[in-house]
Amino acid sequence: MEALIGMFDERELQKIKKERQRWETTKVPNWTERHPERKNEFSTLSGISTKRLYTPENVKRLDYLKDLGFPGEHPFTRGLHATMYRGRLWTMRQFSGFGTAEQTNQRFKYLLKEGETGLSIAFDYPTIMGYDSDQSMATGEVGQCGVAVSSLKDMETLFDGIPLDKVSTSMTINGPAAMLLAMYVAIGDRQGVPREKLDGTTQNDNLKEFFAQKLCIFPPKPALKLSTDIIEYCARHLPSWNPISISGYHIREAGSNAVQELAFTLADGIAYVESTLERGLKVDEFAPRLSFFFASHNDFFEEIAKFRAARRLWAKIIKERFNAQNPRSLWMRMHVQTSGCTLTAQQPTNNIMRVAFQSLAAVLGGTQSLHTNSFDEALALPCEDAVRVALRTQQIIAYESGVTDTIDPLGGSYYVECLTNEMEERAMRYIDRIDAMGGVASAIESGFFQKEIADSAYKYQKEIELKQRTLVGVNDYTVEKDWVPVELLRVHPKVEEEQVARLQKMKKERDNRKVKEVLDKLHDEADKDRNLMPTIIEAVKAYVTIGEITDVLRAVFGEYRELIVV
Amino acid sequence: MIVQRKIRVLIAKPGLDSHDRGAKIVARALRDAGMEVIYTGLRQTPEQIVETALQEDVDVIGLSILSGAHTTLFPKIMKSLKGKGMSDVLVFAGGIIPQEDVLALKKIGIKEIFGPGTPTGVLVEFVQENARKKE
Repeated sequence: MEALIGMFDERELQKIKKERQRWETTKVPNWTERHPERKNEFSTLSGISTKRLYTPENVKRLDYLKDLGFPGEHPFTRGLHATMYRGRLWTMRQFSGFGTAEQTNQRFKYLLKEGETGLSIAFDYPTIMGYDSDQSMATGEVGQCGVAVSSLKDMETLFDGIPLDKVSTSMTINGPAAMLLAMYVAIGDRQGVPREKLDGTTQNDNLKEFFAQKLCIFPPKPALKLSTDIIEYCARHLPSWNPISISGYHIREAGSNAVQELAFTLADGIAYVESTLERGLKVDEFAPRLSFFFASHNDFFEEIAKFRAARRLWAKIIKERFNAQNPRSLWMRMHVQTSGCTLTAQQPTNNIMRVAFQSLAAVLGGTQSLHTNSFDEALALPCEDAVRVALRTQQIIAYESGVTDTIDPLGGSYYVECLTNEMEERAMRYIDRIDAMGGVASAIESGFFQKEIADSAYKYQKEIELKQRTLVGVNDYTVEKDWVPVELLRVHPKVEEEQVARLQKMKKERDNRKVKEVLDKLHDEADKDRNLMPTIIEAVKAYVTIGEITDVLRAVFGEYRELIVV
Repeated sequence: MIVQRKIRVLIAKPGLDSHDRGAKIVARALRDAGMEVIYTGLRQTPEQIVETALQEDVDVIGLSILSGAHTTLFPKIMKSLKGKGMSDVLVFAGGIIPQEDVLALKKIGIKEIFGPGTPTGVLVEFVQENARKKE
């Protein structure tokens, strides 16, 4: 009776099956006798077995209208929007930040001039961990891996000459997300941009920090509270802002495979929906603005299948589990970054090719926004020349390759559809397991995610060392002397000195009575478990620093102690 | 009969960055090669690392950092080890460390710097050959 469900006629399927069997028992062995296959078994990076050939038999249960449908319509497998890239291309958004706010402001302007269409801020580690540039934990780290932002003063410099009603800005910030969003609001207010026009994203995904990115400040409960504060505040006051970017990217970079990345990210998504529902909001009031972030790794088709499966699975979850009515609630809008951990320090220009394939996968998977890594990033932060090549890679895909002219060109591929189903099923099995454990919080507490990820990372490493997987330039096709064609970017130690001096001058000149007043208020509000966004906006406008705000919150919420899982 | 004890290794993460994938893989690989391995977890100050090394009586310290703060933090660690009379402890490092910094770091006593893509077998061999021997 299967034929009644699927797209194929049962008699036709029988004929194909018979012919396939004939081919497999006569043609193939005849050929392999003289030309053996390269390996006994083939599999994807997630360990899904890869067949020699895919035929209609492998997608015989596929129901076109139910499982694929049309772009812009449930279940969004073929794309989020009705015309996809025939209308608007994805946002080309290069993650960048280093040194001082002034240096990064110049890099932003350079990227915009070269055709970038959205900003994305990389903050330095002290900022990410809620320390000011002049705190002892910040020593040696200021401006090294991102831009140093301690107060609104730095943010003003960062956005000097950039009108917030003309750009959208993504901020990779989690623990202190409320503070950076508050600064963005403050700058928008000063520029006279109506708050409903502020467009951008705060990563604000504190859950994945505990098992993937590991930049945790507070324990899980207050960390989730802070994430939820922003989702709630934005739903009520910043309607164009994406309050959260639920991130699989870091899960993948920490070592997970594609199935785990997909499953753990959507499990986090479920946790945020539940936590926001508890604030009394209806799912349709905030779900349309939830956004997602994935990696694009080396396994081309598996990545494409992952993006397609992610959209379909999220639409089902929001509709069936949370009863959403608004079609926009079902949208999984995603940002993709090519996978940093695939870049090699050996023969770095080879990375240009890796990034090109990975970004092509993201585009064929239907992403809304894309960051392409620079080829020198296994060695240092990217220099300007390398960043330009990365951006040009996106432009070549967009304007030269022709892949953007029709929607979901791989839809209907026996292999891609079969793999899309497989990704969805395997991810769903993980989500069921996580539900059975009591949800994401319990799975974090027991170290489940951490162990799964560490095991996958070790397995991948072993496969490379045993040469079961070839890494060009690393375990094969190596050269004696590597050549780096560009000058690597160095952040001068003077950056730290100057930043500290600027910060200390600012602390002397501001109204310190007001600072104390608003910090006391913040302490009180945190104690009473109120939504902290309004007070944090008030605080940053009074030039209270990230370190000062975080110290107050640390005093109330406590600090996270890492659960070490090797 | 002299029974040689297992080589004791501390894998430590100084700096604020949270890239622990490499450190954990190295920890597992050395453990699988029969060594006693202690992993510190993230964001250890130089003082904490030296203190742990002392408490755990390790023969080897592996430092992993990808934040760019190695030029500030590694000298502090090496100085502190010297101050505690632990100069015979083998120290090696890995992460994102530019080639131009390597010579200076070796001068302060870091025996070797391993970049991305180093096979774990190379590390195991290196540690076995260079670890201080204790009976």
